[in-house]
Amino acid sequence: MKTLPWTSVIIICTMVFVALFAPWLAPHSPIEQSLANKLLPPFWQDGGSTTYLLGTDEFGRDVFSRLLYGARVSMTVSALALLVGGGIGLAIGIISGYVGGRVDGVLMRLVDAALAFPAILFALLLAVTMGQGLRTIVIAISLLLWATFARVVRGEVLSIKQRDYIALARVHGCSLLRIMVTHVMPNVANTFMVLLTLYVGVVIVAEASLSFLGAGIPPPTPSWGLMVAEGRGKITSAWWLSLIPGIAITLVVLAFNLFGDWLRDRLDPKLRQL
Amino acid sequence: MWRYIFRRFMQGILLVFLVAAIVFFLGRFTGNPADLMLPEDAIEADRVALIEALGLERPMHEQFAIFVRNALRGDLGESIRYRQSAVEVFFSRLPNTLMLIPGVMALALIMAIPLGILSAIRRGGIIDRLSGTLAVLGIATPNFWLGILLIYLFSVQLGWLPSARMGSWQHYVLPTVTLGTFLVAGYMRLIRSSMLEVLDSEFVKLARIKGLSETVVVWKHCLRNALLPVLTLWGVFLSGLVTGAIVTETVFAWPGIGRLTYEAVIFRDYPLLQAVIIMDAVLILFINLLVDILYAYVDPRIRLTN
Amino acid sequence: MIDDAVLNVRDLHTHFYLRRGVIKVVDSVSFTLRRKEVLGLVGESGCGKSMTALSLLRLIPKPAARTVKGEILLEGEDLLQKSDREMQQIRGSKIAMILQDPQTSLNPVFTIGDQLREAIARRHQGSKSELLERIVDALRKVKVAAPETRVHQYPHQLSGGMKQRVVGAIAMSRSPKVLIADEPTTALDVTIQLQYLKLLKELQESSDMAILFITHDFGIVAKLCDRVAVMYAGRIVENGPVREVFDHPQHPYTQALINSVPKMRKQVGRLPTIEGQPPAFFDLPPGCRFAPRCPAAHARCQTEYPKSFTVSEGHTADCWKLESAQ
Repeated sequence: MKTLPWTSVIIICTMVFVALFAPWLAPHSPIEQSLANKLLPPFWQDGGSTTYLLGTDEFGRDVFSRLLYGARVSMTVSALALLVGGGIGLAIGIISGYVGGRVDGVLMRLVDAALAFPAILFALLLAVTMGQGLRTIVIAISLLLWATFARVVRGEVLSIKQRDYIALARVHGCSLLRIMVTHVMPNVANTFMVLLTLYVGVVIVAEASLSFLGAGIPPPTPSWGLMVAEGRGKITSAWWLSLIPGIAITLVVLAFNLFGDWLRDRLDPKLRQL
Repeated sequence: MWRYIFRRFMQGILLVFLVAAIVFFLGRFTGNPADLMLPEDAIEADRVALIEALGLERPMHEQFAIFVRNALRGDLGESIRYRQSAVEVFFSRLPNTLMLIPGVMALALIMAIPLGILSAIRRGGIIDRLSGTLAVLGIATPNFWLGILLIYLFSVQLGWLPSARMGSWQHYVLPTVTLGTFLVAGYMRLIRSSMLEVLDSEFVKLARIKGLSETVVVWKHCLRNALLPVLTLWGVFLSGLVTGAIVTETVFAWPGIGRLTYEAVIFRDYPLLQAVIIMDAVLILFINLLVDILYAYVDPRIRLTN
Repeated sequence: MIDDAVLNVRDLHTHFYLRRGVIKVVDSVSFTLRRKEVLGLVGESGCGKSMTALSLLRLIPKPAARTVKGEILLEGEDLLQKSDREMQQIRGSKIAMILQDPQTSLNPVFTIGDQLREAIARRHQGSKSELLERIVDALRKVKVAAPETRVHQYPHQLSGGMKQRVVGAIAMSRSPKVLIADEPTTALDVTIQLQYLKLLKELQESSDMAILFITHDFGIVAKLCDRVAVMYAGRIVENGPVREVFDHPQHPYTQALINSVPKMRKQVGRLPTIEGQPPAFFDLPPGCRFAPRCPAAHARCQTEYPKSFTVSEGHTADCWKLESAQ
């Protein structure tokens, strides 16, 4: 416990806490407009007040509250995307690695193709064809993950395949599905967990980037990426609108990355090349 | 060597085909493809004409055949916003993006190679720890925010550099730095770990046993081997570069294909987006092929087998 | 006789500093190598033979490892006192080394000729064509067929045996006084092994060179070496002329090693093995290191490290058994 990266852990816990309890923590509603109070600076500058801790945007919405709710959006999308994308990657990795043969060949070809092409383009295409929304963005970000997960899991499975308990299971007549689920899957759990933590950062940035480009959760729901985009036009006069959400993103991603690295070093150092 | 190149080429073609197929299906499956591809003020006659031309009421495989036929002729639809062939619009903006690339590559190599090597040679030293921290920060900071931050610092506060659009060399600075950051971070870590691996190898031990000086050992024997992964992993970096270009060009209002992608999204210009994506795949194929040829030439194990 | 010694190693100590503790991987090793002599250094994997070799060249992996004590006298000069730059001059020219795995010893991105040229050019200046001739010559000396073509080829185009010959050529290109061969045939096919050993012997006989031949195979020692030093857990336990040690092994470990070499003429029911494992380097007993596995151990063996006893001319062994015989 001594060598736990405490700063990162604290930031992560704060993030999760804020995401869960945003409605109770936020002093204002994130979407309520108050044109009389528009474009107020953060409280430590002239003209700011402690009512609106981090200032307001051009519609008079409280930046601090929006920041808190934005944490919620980031965490929700991340959790869902990791579940879906990671889950698909896990399944494909196990099947490909264990079944082998032609199936493996075809699946890995697909994985190679997926890794060679920037997934963001498909994410954007989905936003245009399926419309913006939670479903779209979760699918879109899952596209970023599944290939890497599949490939890494497959690698693990290839080495697990050789082990004696698998041979025993086959001797005892276990079906293919049963072996994959009850014997193989638990043993890739370690690697899978580490991958998940390593990719939280990627997912958060992806969600922010998509929101920034106008392909994420539609307004008025506050997403950090969207906040940066909205504040961009006013950068000369109201720097806090764009810069503060960006700091939040960077800090959180940094914390997750460092924590993920630490976890990886503890549980599965051979993932180091990621 | 040529068999290797050919194989990679075929893989690339497969990729383009897959991408096109996916784009095609996504377009056709969303209820009303005609609406997706027409401007809002389209009259009924236009609609009918489009349905006829693309065979939107015919079975899927026929539609796909028409799609492929058109594509091979260079026709990927007409941009709603520009009222021009989408492919034409793409090619008109491509050069602007290409102008950024040399600067970005140069920045990446000039910074990443020395830092990566020095970090590996003096592992745990000041340079290693400093560059490690920078790399971690570089990866955590979202591209778009970095650009805006740089604009705030260097344009708004200091007034040294312009904040948008193309123009003189000053206009190139901030976009290059923004786009290049993640590339520098990634390359540096790669070169460092690659060097560490090579420094440990037997032939390096033998080089020292031969009595070669440490300088020769590092710069001649290690470097060439350590740089090989830079080429093999180039595809991953290219992918990231395209993604980064979209965001960076949007932040800096740079008139290239990245910003074009953004416009296509914002204005819901489906035909343009379709064309951009497919052309991106072709571009990636082309660039990867060049890198593959370069790699095959540089690594004698590939050059001289098969 | 001692004037004949080209390499004199005295009380060499090399330690590994790890988080868990200090590993004394070379613990008071002493031996002498004479001109034109082939000395075999025998022992199990992990007993410290390779580290001894690397210590001689001062190429131990820093900063984890350090040579803390001892003298390495090459033609009278102590290598441990030399500066880095001086050592670099000595490596390759006075002492050379062949490594175990030919697949990884050569740099895959340079031609054979390039890699040979690096070594040769340090000694002979000359025009490109002169150097090329020398390179081809060097290849011919190690019996590489069609050397003119091989010069322009890359390592992956050569077989394992040929690669090892190239490594040999590189090592001998500057006519070193001492050649250290660290298990050069272990990674080769058995049929190629014999050829290679023959080659080494020929090259050694036609030059002034002494060879320190490191191996775990007593059979090779019998064929190739003039003298043998047996190493166990970081120390040399027996040292003497090959025939002497083979016919009259004194240390129980040596005896066990010799017994485990299958002899073609005798009928064996079961191959004899040595019980137990070599000690972990963290856990070295104060007395004789072999005592836990020794069939003839007494109480004294566990507590006191045996002195070195002379059995006959040039033959010593570190075993308490020999005390009574004195």
